[in-house]
Amino acid sequence: MTSLSTTGSDTSARTFDRDDMMIVAASRALVGRRVCFVGIGLPSTAANLARATYAPDLVLIYESGTVGAKPSRLPLSIGDGELAATADTVVSVPEIFNYWLQGGRIEVGFLGAAQMDRFANLNSTVIGDYDHPTVRLPGAGGAPEIAASCQEVIVLIRQSPRTFVERLDFRTTVGFGDGPGDRERLGLRGSGPTLVITDLGVLRPDPVTCELTLSALHPGVELDEARAATPWELAVAPDLARTDPPSEVELRALRALLATRGGSS
Amino acid sequence: MCVELTSRGAVAEIQSLADAVAATVHDGDCVAIEGFTHLIPVAAGQEIIRQGRKDLTLVRLTPDIVFDQMIGTGCARKLIFGWGGNPGVGSLHRFRDAVENGWPSPLELEEHSHAGLTNRFVAAAAGLPFAVLRGYFGTGLMGRHDSVKTVACPFTGETLAAVPALHPDVTILHAQQADRSGNVLMWGITGINKEAALAASRVLVTVEEVVDRLAAVPGGVVLPSWVIDSVAEVPGGTYPSYTAGYSERDNDAYVRWDAISRDRDTFRSWIDQHVMHATAAVHW
Repeated sequence: MTSLSTTGSDTSARTFDRDDMMIVAASRALVGRRVCFVGIGLPSTAANLARATYAPDLVLIYESGTVGAKPSRLPLSIGDGELAATADTVVSVPEIFNYWLQGGRIEVGFLGAAQMDRFANLNSTVIGDYDHPTVRLPGAGGAPEIAASCQEVIVLIRQSPRTFVERLDFRTTVGFGDGPGDRERLGLRGSGPTLVITDLGVLRPDPVTCELTLSALHPGVELDEARAATPWELAVAPDLARTDPPSEVELRALRALLATRGGSS
Repeated sequence: MCVELTSRGAVAEIQSLADAVAATVHDGDCVAIEGFTHLIPVAAGQEIIRQGRKDLTLVRLTPDIVFDQMIGTGCARKLIFGWGGNPGVGSLHRFRDAVENGWPSPLELEEHSHAGLTNRFVAAAAGLPFAVLRGYFGTGLMGRHDSVKTVACPFTGETLAAVPALHPDVTILHAQQADRSGNVLMWGITGINKEAALAASRVLVTVEEVVDRLAAVPGGVVLPSWVIDSVAEVPGGTYPSYTAGYSERDNDAYVRWDAISRDRDTFRSWIDQHVMHATAAVHW
């Protein structure tokens, strides 16, 4: 992956790659939020980076039942001992889904996926035909209900013709369905995906059509590259912005966090 | 399947792991093995492999390493699940091989969201025929099998998802302690353990230790002896998962499993060495 560096005397501290930028952009999106439902991987890294930088009071909820987890090292699984040991409370799985998530108490949900379409519907089930898949992926887990019941959803996904697809092989999780009005028709109470953060930029749903619209490009990424990574005709906001590069504070905090990652992966 | 309103055996019997599995798990059974990342009864699953159980319907919210081993050794005919992966690492290769290539035998899938499968246990524990939830609508999971339907709320008319009660023949759990009467105590992340136990016809619990008196722990869950059939003392029986207060999750082992499980022959020789010739919990 290409490394970028902003000019400055301390280049080692300011060198970052596109995954770093994606995680930092996601952590910034959590500033001012109160309660976040976190999945493992990039979402967990971003949520913990937010806690380590500008959102120290952010309440992290993992679906293992740990409410208010404050891990000092990045967990490998959603049920690591560190999450339970640092939580405000540990509740059962029925309670997390039925009372906390379905009960509408979670402000932001963070999701990833193997595939996403232009209406931010997600596939984490299979590549290929369901009964004869080319690749059997892990499946739904908590994602469908997180997307249905969190007040807002942020999607973190790398942008390429493999992940951004015209048509999902399987719809595991509903973003905006087939377009305007679909969430209401399906009885989904949250607002759905309000933000999609990729390694190339940031997309937001159009308020009228619900189609994802590129609203910002990360440093070092040109519009042509984002278009080439998107198999449909990418809608672009007229006031297309440029994401601020990671600050020294953000990068230091991210490096410190990644150094604590569980396991040797 | 219906719940029989007859009392089970008076109290749990404290047995060896081999005797407990032989007494509670039979060919063709529906077997739930729970523990959410924490408290996964890995050693009990491996004892099922050693005893050569076949045609099992395996149930678990998050099939992980132990289900990968049971699927790869041909114990399972069907899998009821919500998320089948190696947490933080990637794929379960034996699960994938069974689904993608039918090796060592085809695996029927009944796939749910976590919330949906959770509520199948909740309904069963409560003695209800089904549970309702706000879920599944608009997803490809709806209509995939006959365990997700819709129901109209009789008060508001709102359409909700319905999932049928799930009554396993046997539920297998791990806990920190049992006392000598077979009362079981678990703490930390307890997942769906209580509901899975109360949903089942038979319950087998492996424990770190049998003690004279259960510890007093904030947030602890106690399952009384009279809802349990068998207790087996298996220290370290969750490895590479963990038991709060007794062991740490071996994250590196989960990473190692990726390479071990990727190739059929490597997997088979690993099972032969670490499971078939073992008698208790194995560390590797």
